[in-house]
Amino acid sequence: MSKGRFGKFGGQYVPETLMPALAELEQAYADARADTEFHREFQELLKKFVGRPTPLYFAKRLTEVCGGAKIYFKREDLAHTGAHKINNALGQGLLAKRMNKTRIVAETGAGQHGVATAATCAMLGLGCVVYMGTDDIARQQPNVFRMKLLGAEVREVNAGSRTLKDAINEALRDWVTNVRTTHYLLGSALGPHPYPTMVREFQSVIGREAKQQILDAEGKMPTTLIACVGGGSNSIGLFDAFRDDEVEFIGVEAGGHGIESGKHAARFAERGVGVLHGTYTYLLQSEDGQVRETHSISAGLDYPAVGPEHAEFFETERAGYTYATDEEALDAFQKISHYEGIIPALESAHAVAEVLKRAPEMKRDEIVIVNLSGRGDKDLQTVMKEISDL
Amino acid sequence: MNRIDETFRELKNKRAALMPYLPLGYPSINISRELIRVAQEAGADVLELGIPFSDPLADGPVVQHATQVALQNGMTLKKCLEMVQDARANGVTIPLVLMGYYNPLLQYDLKKFARDAFEAGADGVIVPDLPMEEAEELQNAAHSQDLHVVFLAAPTSSEERLKKITKATRGFLYLVSLTGVTGARNGLAEGLEDFVTRTRAVTDKPLCVGFGISSAEHARRVAQFADGVIVGSALVAKFGEASNAAKNARAFIQELAAAVR
Repeated sequence: MSKGRFGKFGGQYVPETLMPALAELEQAYADARADTEFHREFQELLKKFVGRPTPLYFAKRLTEVCGGAKIYFKREDLAHTGAHKINNALGQGLLAKRMNKTRIVAETGAGQHGVATAATCAMLGLGCVVYMGTDDIARQQPNVFRMKLLGAEVREVNAGSRTLKDAINEALRDWVTNVRTTHYLLGSALGPHPYPTMVREFQSVIGREAKQQILDAEGKMPTTLIACVGGGSNSIGLFDAFRDDEVEFIGVEAGGHGIESGKHAARFAERGVGVLHGTYTYLLQSEDGQVRETHSISAGLDYPAVGPEHAEFFETERAGYTYATDEEALDAFQKISHYEGIIPALESAHAVAEVLKRAPEMKRDEIVIVNLSGRGDKDLQTVMKEISDL
Repeated sequence: MNRIDETFRELKNKRAALMPYLPLGYPSINISRELIRVAQEAGADVLELGIPFSDPLADGPVVQHATQVALQNGMTLKKCLEMVQDARANGVTIPLVLMGYYNPLLQYDLKKFARDAFEAGADGVIVPDLPMEEAEELQNAAHSQDLHVVFLAAPTSSEERLKKITKATRGFLYLVSLTGVTGARNGLAEGLEDFVTRTRAVTDKPLCVGFGISSAEHARRVAQFADGVIVGSALVAKFGEASNAAKNARAFIQELAAAVR
């Protein structure tokens, strides 16, 4: 078994051309981790460029409405560029500089990772190309415009399901071609080693802050953490600091039109395992091993595979995984806007949908932290089509 | 003896092998079946047969399109193996090497795949997204059947990696001529001959060059320093209308075969 394994999951299933690049990245990351100057610069920029720490916010009205556990939101939606994605984009951007790479390629689904990468590249003076599926470009227009404003070139991917999966294929093809000058700034805790570990570590600031903040606010640990899971970076970023604590982890996948419809992105609901984009993990596929098209109202969760560490968390039952349908996410989207004055990303609304189901069943002295991974401005166009009766 | 080894032994010190790539199930299942026979008649020494996959991340637009059409035509790994078996029953005697991404093989079951592929008459398998570090399970399954696992080396591979890859590969080594995906290019990659020389220094195994070889002229030049010339996208692009595919493929393979002689 190769390196970069989480139990039996993970690995490095990539063309030979990329193996030396992965080794170079692994080495550069190991060097950076051991370098206090790298940490200092990263922490400084997290503070001054990203605006960290993000608040841990007590959702008083939603807690009252649910009538059970106390609900807190980790406000990653308040991070610069509007989502948690910037934490990782910044970390990898600094790493790319260390490796003397002058050009960045990235994929994006919802556009949040694309915007975070474009902003980072602008700030660091790196060239930036973002691949995005045709369908996602259509449903995330504001983010496409933001990326362009930030100086990135957005390349449309009109292949396969025309969503995140296909954008990753194209970004990988670009990387294979330009590997000597280019760093692939992968946006989630998936893909070949070292990405799942590296992205988790760059995102683990979310959980470290949340842990300190909940102890300051409540003097005790939370009962449950809830986060949406597309590739799985915001969830693993929240969970990581609590992995050795007696805290329940719940990941929420995209239920789309429902599992029985086949139109969803709930990888753990179907239990197939395979290899996509360099990693061995849970994967939606046909009997013949072809990767299936997925559906979710949220572009960021619309992906057929899941980060390999989540696969391991699922097998060992360290985390529980459930899903919210498009309809439930839309309902949650409106409820938190209405009760808390916060418009969440549709991705994050999946996590909120789960807390709406779960909190009423919990005791009043129990605490749930929901990762509000992004803000919802980008989704207004989609939501306006779905909600006619405001 | 494995047919791949036989072919390269026969051609050693004579000339390079011509190794066309055909995406199975394209442009249709029936024409694809015919193309295997046509390729042998036109002078192919070894044939690479592509198993379609939904996400061919090492392939450029031409092969991507072909595999998408193949999947729409209902192509599966099982049908690929049936086509190999048909080819053997219909007088195809040249080495047949299956080329496909890992996931379909994994879902089929690696041991079952190795057994069925060998019994169907395949001689080797190439998996572009399976570097040697991940290949042990496939190697164990394939090598218990005299099915060669052929590895790829890239211009970015270090000397240390080249040593390991050349040791691991069986039948021949697939040299990826450039950093990039499959697809026709205007010129040959810079430094290609050096790459072959660098690899030659660490192995006696046949070195076959693919990716970006687009014309008879390219084939002629590569044949001067490599043991095999692999042509995929450029051939597929020549098919044209489905009804002309066999005729056009025959003409281009004949042209390539003349170029390596």
